[in-house]
This record gives sequence, C-alpha cells and structure tokens, in this order.
Amino acid sequence: MHERPRLTPIQINRDLLRSVVETPLIFYVLLLLLMGLVGLGVIAATLMVTYGLGVTGLNHPVFWGFFIINFVFWVGISHAGTMISAILRLSAAEWRRPVVRAAEVMTVFSLLTAALFVVLHTGRPWRTLYWAFPYDFVRGIWPDVRSPLVWDPSAIFTYLTGSILFVYAALIPDLALARDQTTGWRRAVYGVLCLGWRGNARQWKLLNATGLLLSALILPVFVSVHSIVSWDFGMSLVPGWHVHIFAPYFVVGAVLSGVAAVIALMAVMRSLFRLHDYIRPEHFDMIGRLLIVVALAWAYFYFIDVVFALLSKEEAEYEVMKLRLSPPYLYLFLLMITCNVFLPVPIWMFRRFRRNIGLMVWTAIVVNIGMWLERFLIIIPTLQRRHPDAFAWGDYSASIVEITLVIFSFANVALLLLVFSKIFPVIPIWEEKEGHIWKREFRIGKLRLPAIVRE
Amino acid sequence: MPSVLGLFQSADTAAAAADRLQSAGFGPADYEVLTGAPYPEGAFGEDSGDHRLFIFPLGGAIIGFAVGLMVTAGTQLSYPLVTAGKPILGIPPMFIIMYEGTMLGALIFTIMGVIFESRLPNLTNDLYDARITEGYVGLVVQCDDNAQADTAQSTLTEAGAEEVKQQGRS
Repeated sequence: MHERPRLTPIQINRDLLRSVVETPLIFYVLLLLLMGLVGLGVIAATLMVTYGLGVTGLNHPVFWGFFIINFVFWVGISHAGTMISAILRLSAAEWRRPVVRAAEVMTVFSLLTAALFVVLHTGRPWRTLYWAFPYDFVRGIWPDVRSPLVWDPSAIFTYLTGSILFVYAALIPDLALARDQTTGWRRAVYGVLCLGWRGNARQWKLLNATGLLLSALILPVFVSVHSIVSWDFGMSLVPGWHVHIFAPYFVVGAVLSGVAAVIALMAVMRSLFRLHDYIRPEHFDMIGRLLIVVALAWAYFYFIDVVFALLSKEEAEYEVMKLRLSPPYLYLFLLMITCNVFLPVPIWMFRRFRRNIGLMVWTAIVVNIGMWLERFLIIIPTLQRRHPDAFAWGDYSASIVEITLVIFSFANVALLLLVFSKIFPVIPIWEEKEGHIWKREFRIGKLRLPAIVRE
Repeated sequence: MPSVLGLFQSADTAAAAADRLQSAGFGPADYEVLTGAPYPEGAFGEDSGDHRLFIFPLGGAIIGFAVGLMVTAGTQLSYPLVTAGKPILGIPPMFIIMYEGTMLGALIFTIMGVIFESRLPNLTNDLYDARITEGYVGLVVQCDDNAQADTAQSTLTEAGAEEVKQQGRS
C-alpha cells in the first residue's frame, strides 16, 4: 500500500517464491509437530468410530457437544477469507494485496475441517451420505430437502467449490511464474496447473473481470452459508435457539472470529517466510479498524439476543437465558464478552496498538477464544434445558476423545496451510507487482507523498 | 506462419515499440503484449478484443437453478412422504437449495468462461520467454511471411528490444 517499499519484480519473485523453493528447518519441525497432532486426532476418531459415540461426553439431552461447537467455529473462521477478499476486491482497497490469498486458502481448509466435524458428529460417518446426498440409496426414499441436514451440505458444498475456484483463478498467473522460475518435475507440474498461461493483455483483462465477478457472486453465498448454519438452530423449536436474529448474528460473529484469525495467520506468515516488506504494520492497522466495527456489531446482536430472551415473557426462553447467565456459565459468559469486546476493542482504538503486531496477534487469539466460548454457550446450556416440562435435564462434560479432536482441528488447518505454502506462493505475486505499477509519489511542498493511481 | 518476440526492459520502451510497429504497418491485432502483471488496458495500444465472459455466469445460474428445482421438487414428488403436516413442495426450503444451486452454477460457469475466453488451456508452443515474469515486457508479432518477420525484427531491435527471437520461418 502507501508504505510499500520500492522493489523490483525480480526481488518480489525471490521473496514471494522463497517459501516454495526453500525449505528451512523450522518447516520440518512444524510439519512433524502438526502431523503428530493430526495423527492423534485420527486415533481419536478411529476410537470413536470403533466403540461408538459412547466414548464422547454426549448423552441425553445434550447430543450436540464439542463437534457441533467446532463445526460452527470453523465455518465462522472460513468466513473471513471470502469477506476480506471479495469486499476488498470490489472496493479496490489497495491493502488487500498481501492478505487475500492466505485468507481465501484459510476459508477452504477451515470449511473442510468444519465439514469433517459434522460427519464425525454422526458417529457413523459413512451413513452421512444417505442423509445428505440427493439420491435414493435405500427403499426409494430421498433425503428430505425440508431438513437443514440437506441445506447445510448444499450451502457448504457451494461455498467450498466457489472458494476453491476463487483461489485457483487468482493463482493461475503465479503458477505460470512458478513454471518459469523452477526446473525439472516442478516446472512440469506448474506448467500443467497454469494451463499454458502467457500473460497477454486479454488474459489479464479477463482475470480482473473474473475477480470482480467471483467476488460479487461469492458474497451472497458467504452470507447464506452461516445463515443456513444458524438455521440448524433457528429452525428447531428449542427454546433459546428459535430466534429470528440468529442468521445476521451468526454471520457477524463468523466475520469477527474469521477476521481475527486472518491477523494471526498474517503474523505467522510474516515471521515464518520473512515477508516484512509485504505484510506491514499498516495492514494490521487496517484490519484492526475493521474489527472495531465488527466486534461492536457482534456485541449489539448479542445484547439484543439476551434482552429479547429476558424480556419476552416466554418462560422457556427466560429459563435458558437465566441458566446461561448463572454460575458456572456466568463465568464463561463474562470471559466471552471480555475476550470479544471489552479487552480487544479498546486496544484496537489506538493506532499505536493496531500497529503493534505482537499485541494484535494476542487480541486475535483472545477473540477466537471468546468466539469458541460463544458457540459453547449457545449450544450446551440450551440443550441442558431442552425439554422444560419433561424434567429430562442433563449435564455435559467433554471426553478426552472430543478434546483431542478439537486440538486436531487446529492442527489440521495449520498443517494444510503449511503444506499449501510449500507448494504455492502465499501472497499473490502478480497482484503485488500490479500494486507497484500503480504506485506513484507526489511532492506537496517539502513532502513526498506515496499514492496509488486508479483508473 | 512466423512470429517474432521482442523483449523490453521497461513498459515505456515497449509502448514506444508498439507505436513503431503500427507505423511499420502492423495493426493492433497483429501483436500481443506479454507481461508478468496486469497493466491498464490499452497501455501498449494493443487490441485485447471483446469477450462474452458475463454471459457465462448467467447461463450457469439458469442451469444451477434448474438442477436445484429438479433436486428439490423431483425427489419429494418421487416419494411424497408428508412430514409434520408440511406441504410436499414447501417453497422456503426449496428456495434454499435452488438458491445454492443457482450460485454454484454461476460460480462454476464463470471459471469455465474465463478459461474459455482466455483461450486456455494453451497447448501451443508459442514464442515466450521466462524473463517476462521477471518484469520484462514481451511483444509478440504474428507475421504473414518471412519478409514481414524481418521487418518486425528490425523494428523491434531499433525500438530498443533487449533480445529478439523468431519462430516458424518457412
């Protein structure tokens, strides 16, 4: 953006292809560590499939536990990629350039992980196909399209496909560059993947038009996905979930957690791949400003949810909210609201703090802890009072299998991102070069001001 | 047919070379400009041609909507099992699937459109140089015969090309 140092195309190639052509020791260390954690998750999942859902803490009436919390959490994280990329592309925001690809890729891997948790949640993963895929496998009975069990897969499949295509379209010129800058089998693979891209004026024109088209198309999908996830809850008649504002409330929450996750990802990339000239404090500054708005919007929706439940005179709703606001959940509620609003928002208010990358990473982690707790508080206390008149009340505590699988989910996303960074450039190289083409400096009096020229 | 590639270190020199090519009788459609990053349209006086990319998502959306309708209505009508007293063809739940189908079709066809309109995959062995992705600007001139190729080569050399390559001479 404006603080971008003057770099030559060769320097940009060298810096941004470093993660692809060089393999530092830390890469192997991280790879082994993450593969170990993913391996633990595989063992836990195998145990669960072998012995059944009895190895989890799920029991009547709390049948939605860590798996569904994780599902909603990772769908939420996946929202930032598209939002940041699509909105910033459509608004031609210059600071998007180093951020978009990592955010888009995070969308893909988060969604894959989220989908995995729904499948795991069923306890018999192979049967998910019967419930979700539109085909009459047994007795001519088709899946019921009136059920959110079918809505969710259709929305996630659309979003996942769209996100993969979004990533791929913007990756083609960089694949051509990787073809030109590598040798041997790598050159052959990149050559196939880039489809023989040459970089003529027509191709660039179409690529830019495609970026705008895909952005415009994927934004409504992005809104629909978390709305549909919220309807998994909202369409049920469970007190505390049958709430009209769930769709926008979930979408805003997803954006908050996702954008915060992008901050952490950017900081890791900056440090791991030495991208200090590309991911600069000004980028954290911009995202920090965005987060203030999103966090306050989330707080507004949460406040409305609480107030409506407490003042609606609906006894069941009131009891559920009362449980959420009583110990021990009260402590989690206070921690959540502190993590999501009271702690980070005042920090993001100050430019000096927004440009402090270490501090921004901590606020991002804190927000994601808060958002995970938010999903916990929506799901667990509500299910404990699911049947207000039947006195079939129960408790829930996660088992070691579920905890292992939560750790697995974080390791899985991190591992996929690490492997991606080894194969493909994590910052769009052609977009970075385009930024340099548009950059100009102006003199006003004694000042030399950097600026971006736009058509 | 022969083609000539001239490599230029800067966009300004390449733009001047494109002017010279036009003075030498080559039209904007006779040469293509290869760059490692997008330049503003028309920066080299080139003709990138018209495209129909915007039709593709529309076609994809129509197909996606039709598939969505078929999946929702078709599956429910094929085994009309009433659930909770709800209508077999309930518009709100059908709309969700049809909406996702519409968007999915539009997204997939957009990518198909850009690939088709960009003339990809390009399996030809056209003139190219890896230095283009290092910041060089390449001008590729399509010529009718060897004489025209010689004219293009001399024009590009005089315009300051760092290197000029030829391919396909008869």
